Amino acid sequence: MTDKSIDYADISKKGLWENNPALVQLLGLCPLLAVTGSVVNALGLGLATMLVLLGSNISVSLIRHAVSDAIRLPAFVMIIASFTTATELLMQAFTYELYQILGIFIPLIVTNCTILGRADAFASKNGVLASTVDAVMMGLGFLLVLLALGGIRELLGAGTLFAGMDLLLGPMAANWELQLMGKDYPGLLVALLPPGAFIVTGFLIAAKNAIDHHQQEKAKAKQAPVVAGSRRVRTTGHIS
Amino acid sequence: MSFLRASSPHAHAANNTTKVMQTVLLATLPGLLALTVFFGPGSIINILLALIFCLAGEALVLRLRKRPLGFYLRDYSAAVTAVLLGLALPPYCPWWVVMVASVSAIIIAKQLYGGMGYNPFNPAMVGYVVVLISFPLQMSQWPSPASLLESLPSISASISQVFTGQGLDAYTSATALDIVKQNNSQLISQVYADSDLLRSGSLAGAGWEWVNLGFLMGGLYLLYKKVFTWHAPVAMLASLSLFALLGYDSGSSQSGGSLSLHLFSGATMLGAFFIITDPVSSAVSNKGRLIFGAAVGALVYLIRVLGNYPDAVAFAVLLMNFAAPFIDYYTVPRSYGHAKPRKATEKQEP
Repeated sequence: MTDKSIDYADISKKGLWENNPALVQLLGLCPLLAVTGSVVNALGLGLATMLVLLGSNISVSLIRHAVSDAIRLPAFVMIIASFTTATELLMQAFTYELYQILGIFIPLIVTNCTILGRADAFASKNGVLASTVDAVMMGLGFLLVLLALGGIRELLGAGTLFAGMDLLLGPMAANWELQLMGKDYPGLLVALLPPGAFIVTGFLIAAKNAIDHHQQEKAKAKQAPVVAGSRRVRTTGHIS
Repeated sequence: MSFLRASSPHAHAANNTTKVMQTVLLATLPGLLALTVFFGPGSIINILLALIFCLAGEALVLRLRKRPLGFYLRDYSAAVTAVLLGLALPPYCPWWVVMVASVSAIIIAKQLYGGMGYNPFNPAMVGYVVVLISFPLQMSQWPSPASLLESLPSISASISQVFTGQGLDAYTSATALDIVKQNNSQLISQVYADSDLLRSGSLAGAGWEWVNLGFLMGGLYLLYKKVFTWHAPVAMLASLSLFALLGYDSGSSQSGGSLSLHLFSGATMLGAFFIITDPVSSAVSNKGRLIFGAAVGALVYLIRVLGNYPDAVAFAVLLMNFAAPFIDYYTVPRSYGHAKPRKATEKQEP
């Protein structure tokens, strides 16, 4: 397949916004809701997911002609599982504290539907370059939503932002922590608990839909100028 | 003289949401009076703050949703939510606790689900639970009743306590349910002997029994005014009593508190007559209300005795709100002209 027919801008737009894995497809909600209590957790899990997604998309795209349809899903899962294991070992080696905080949700990346979904829906049908772009964009879209969720929940729940970033980025990030709500902020504990994750996700989805709606309205207003002397609409007749 | 030419019914009670809500507000007065007499002006401050935040939140969302402001604000439903919330929150809790509770109740639990009549959960209880799990410290500070204090907090001191966190000294004490829950493996009689609060009350702790009697009185008034049927409250109190009797082995350290403690302490009566009778979030049919109320009573007892929290009305009500559609599904009442009620599992004719 020649890659000329592929519109990379479209792939990027879909991954980041129109078909965002977290806000539109609502895939991978388990890690999304469970570990986004702070920015550092969200960033750690988002990067890990992106890494696995990138690896799996490229590999699946490479072997897409060699694997028969009947056994494609087990094959994809094996690939995803290998990359997840590799990521897990990497995190153990370099960011051990974060690995302990994220716990079971790192191995659970295997079951993240986003990754299997992209492997089956995109990488198994498209070339390597397109799959790479798709993985990066889908991963970025997921990561950005994770970051937004983590930021909002950390801010509401603990009154801080970027606390403990040194767990992921090393000692240079040790004093990145921002106390945005003042020292005496009591902390809206519910934001850190699972119900808070659901509520904040709901608000994010609502915000995305509101923006889409607003843009649609604007486009509609631009497209269809009001014609003077409009046609009458026939309102009588058979209504089923 | 002109003759009226209206068709029957000629005599009717013009009943509408506004009137019902006003009656409910009126019925909370005895309970509020008891709260004020025994715990000072804290509950009134709570209610005023909750009214401000709830009505402002309702107005904000109505504006965003482009709904008629006056019509929905004048039906008093947000006011009832605010008053119930103000009664449930501990007196003298900081103002932002009331704010978070009101916003969660009105904006998240009520308006986001579609507003008046569409909320699957009781808004006041959602607001209460959000602050209960968010601010455990502030929510566990109930004031001591008047009989254990030298004097009730003054209004100015109360206001400064609410807004700055200073003004009242050592005004809190454990509630009756707290004391019995954390009995340190003592016999119930020893717990009662050690605690001023429990010793000076005749039913369930000084102050608390009167607050609950106040709400019982208001509830009976609402029953008399036919605002709700007797099914849910009676079922809840009966099942709570049954569980309390079964769990009370004449006062060993393992027992769950006496019958009168469970009936006249905490939020039992407020819950039984003002919360679970919410027409929107509870079951619809009479049979369904019996099941709903009984399950709430059972859950209240189980969470009070076996759970982490001393009181459980809010959690029990929310859990049963989840189950209300399910209860409705299986308790379809017999419709007029049919010998047997329709089974929910039957195929419906299109």
